[in-house]
Amino acid sequence: MDFINAIVLLLNYIFVPALAYGSQLAIGAIFVTLIYGILRFANFATGDMMSFGTMIAILFTWYFQSIGISLGILPTALIAIPFAIIFMILYMLTIDKLVFSYYRIKKSPPVQLAMVSIGVMFVTQAIVRIIIGPFDRRFFDGERFILKAVEFKEMTGLNEGLAIKSTQVITLVVTVIVVSILFWFLNKTKTGKSMRAYSDNEDLALLSGIDPKRVVMITWIIAGILATIGGVLYGLDKSFKPFTYFNNMLPIFAAAIVGGIGNPFGAFLGGYVIAFAEIFITYAYKKFFTYVLPDALEPDSLVQLLSTDYKFAVSFSILVIVLLFRPTGIFKGRVL
Amino acid sequence: MRQYTNVIVAYSIMILLIILVGVFQSWAIALSILNFCLISAVMTMGANIQWGYAGLINFGVMGYTALGGLAAVLVSVAPVEEAWSAGGINIVVCFFIIVGMIFSIRYILKKFPKSKKRNYVIVSLIIIGLVLLRLVSGPGIEHIEAVDPAKTGFLGGLGMPILFSWIVGGFFAAGLAYVVGKVALGLRADYLAIATLLISEIVIAVIKHEDWLSRGVKNVIGLKRPVPYEVDLQNTPWFIDLVEKFNLGKLKLINSVAEKQDVLNQLVIDASSVYVKLCFAILFLIVVIILLIITQKALYSPWGRMMRAIRDNEEAANAMGKNVVKEHLLIFILGSAVVGIAGAMMVTHDGLFTPGSYRPMRYTFLIWVMVIVGGSGNNFGAILGGFAVWFLWIEAAPIALFLINLFTSGLADTNAFKLHLIDSVPYFRFLMMGIGLLLIMRYRPKGIIPEKINIK
Repeated sequence: MDFINAIVLLLNYIFVPALAYGSQLAIGAIFVTLIYGILRFANFATGDMMSFGTMIAILFTWYFQSIGISLGILPTALIAIPFAIIFMILYMLTIDKLVFSYYRIKKSPPVQLAMVSIGVMFVTQAIVRIIIGPFDRRFFDGERFILKAVEFKEMTGLNEGLAIKSTQVITLVVTVIVVSILFWFLNKTKTGKSMRAYSDNEDLALLSGIDPKRVVMITWIIAGILATIGGVLYGLDKSFKPFTYFNNMLPIFAAAIVGGIGNPFGAFLGGYVIAFAEIFITYAYKKFFTYVLPDALEPDSLVQLLSTDYKFAVSFSILVIVLLFRPTGIFKGRVL
Repeated sequence: MRQYTNVIVAYSIMILLIILVGVFQSWAIALSILNFCLISAVMTMGANIQWGYAGLINFGVMGYTALGGLAAVLVSVAPVEEAWSAGGINIVVCFFIIVGMIFSIRYILKKFPKSKKRNYVIVSLIIIGLVLLRLVSGPGIEHIEAVDPAKTGFLGGLGMPILFSWIVGGFFAAGLAYVVGKVALGLRADYLAIATLLISEIVIAVIKHEDWLSRGVKNVIGLKRPVPYEVDLQNTPWFIDLVEKFNLGKLKLINSVAEKQDVLNQLVIDASSVYVKLCFAILFLIVVIILLIITQKALYSPWGRMMRAIRDNEEAANAMGKNVVKEHLLIFILGSAVVGIAGAMMVTHDGLFTPGSYRPMRYTFLIWVMVIVGGSGNNFGAILGGFAVWFLWIEAAPIALFLINLFTSGLADTNAFKLHLIDSVPYFRFLMMGIGLLLIMRYRPKGIIPEKINIK
């Protein structure tokens, strides 16, 4: 019985949250990696682009709520996502037209494009804060929990409860759907294949008649979709705050590089690697050991490898280690 | 002479702008802008050494700045004896454990050939070391942090004059840069950017949460100053006389003695803050000038030429027998050290160390905007970038407010849209920075004062 309790404890505090957080990171990491693979620069505006998409979704959610549309137990934001995506794609294409295309045509070095993306970051951040303000916004509505800790305890008669938030399930389901469609698109359709060809070898792709403008446009469209969905899922699960989104850029980068940059599947797994590592290493295992070990061996301290303050530092350390020993990432990406 | 015209014009405009602030807002504001402009100038010089001379991207400016600030705390704060006796030994032992770990790993790396066995030994050494560290430091840190937590709760520093910390800050940053450079310098440019950014985040996390070292988010306040305090000045006779002399004309117009005294008191209070800021400005100016002379000399020396050669064509420089890796590491360390000096200067100016305030937006990206806008590869450009961007960063809110009022003058004062815009005035600075950066990168990619290379 104690053993089952211990497992439920880990499920509740590590596995379920890490799975949700990892999915959110994974979508962002695929976004980074796609931009890197096809447009060939590190996009420092990642976090702010995600917050821009989320902001539009929130505005739509508020509008729908005000006219009384809702999904019942599901959050209203889910209906807002498609509308937000349309705006986000327009925004991405505008930015590309106004800013990035000039440097792409000039064949500027990637560093210059990264610098330009910092300019875009500043502007996007300003726009988001001017429109919606810098404050914490919660836009979740509907049923909060699918399984409450108390219900679980009553159901199973265990000491430990297992709570599953509906946002966690939504995150997981949406991620699975989006990522499978994306991989299907990249691997099976002609456009997807041309994108991968372009990412592999630009000159060869051009020679075989792939239209670079089309590839770039589709990349931005996919990027817009991923940014919005990733941002909204994170906002639903936690809350929306422009500053947090900006900070999330860092673990997302870490996930993309750990997974092997330019490799979407690697980025997808990298998100989970980072999320699980962060939560595994900063979790206090005291209660777990009290269940598992006999009474005599019970630990007095928290049995925590690192305090939760170092949550971010963990993912960055993983990144540094990966860069040191396997610069192409865990799942072979581009050689740096 | 002609080639310097644009430099002179640009700097005159900058100084004029600061004087205008002095006339229209107040001299205290103008001087504090000037002080931060000078600090920013030091930071941009550091970043410019790395980016402009050698083409290395360092997005870890924030980390080095914070380390410089930490140096200011560790040098100037008086040691907390109680804390030392409570847990000082543990910390010292930990220090030796770390040193021992590093040396034994180095020894193994040198002595034994590459093999799986060696890797396992190293990993187990690290794990044993970490466990030991945890066991030794745990109780020590607990005791230290328990010593009067509201006031101290940390080890304190050396109790030396804070001016030393400017040098120590440089060394701290250089030490970190050595480690980071060893780890990350082989990476491609934009990876280096990401890696340094993330490493600087780790540094901030450590400074923020290791309370025994830096008091963490509880902040260290009331650091000693190298210049007099306002309160002391207000009671010094020579200073009051000086203020009186300066304002004779104004004071003469007032007849009643009591009123005259009141006005004089107010003037003395204002003047004391201006005087303190002026002292800081002079100190900072000295640092900027010394650094400028050194960096200019370096830029036009054979070494500077070699750096440019490496920047422009690494392979060719390598083929000419230049040790690219070594030179990159060296310049990375030098540039970071300069940033560290700036960090210590800033904490000295503020008189407080707030680890929570180090954020990449302000301390990394803004500095980079300065370098790019000013003109990378040119020290005068970098300094001007520091001045211009900081000025805009501070004055953006008033400018934005003015523009909003201008454009929405047709709307009523209670108009929701107008009120919303006025509420969000502080965020217009990001907008201005972003648009400024994008415009400069597009239409003047080499910055306001571009790099000039004289080929004889």
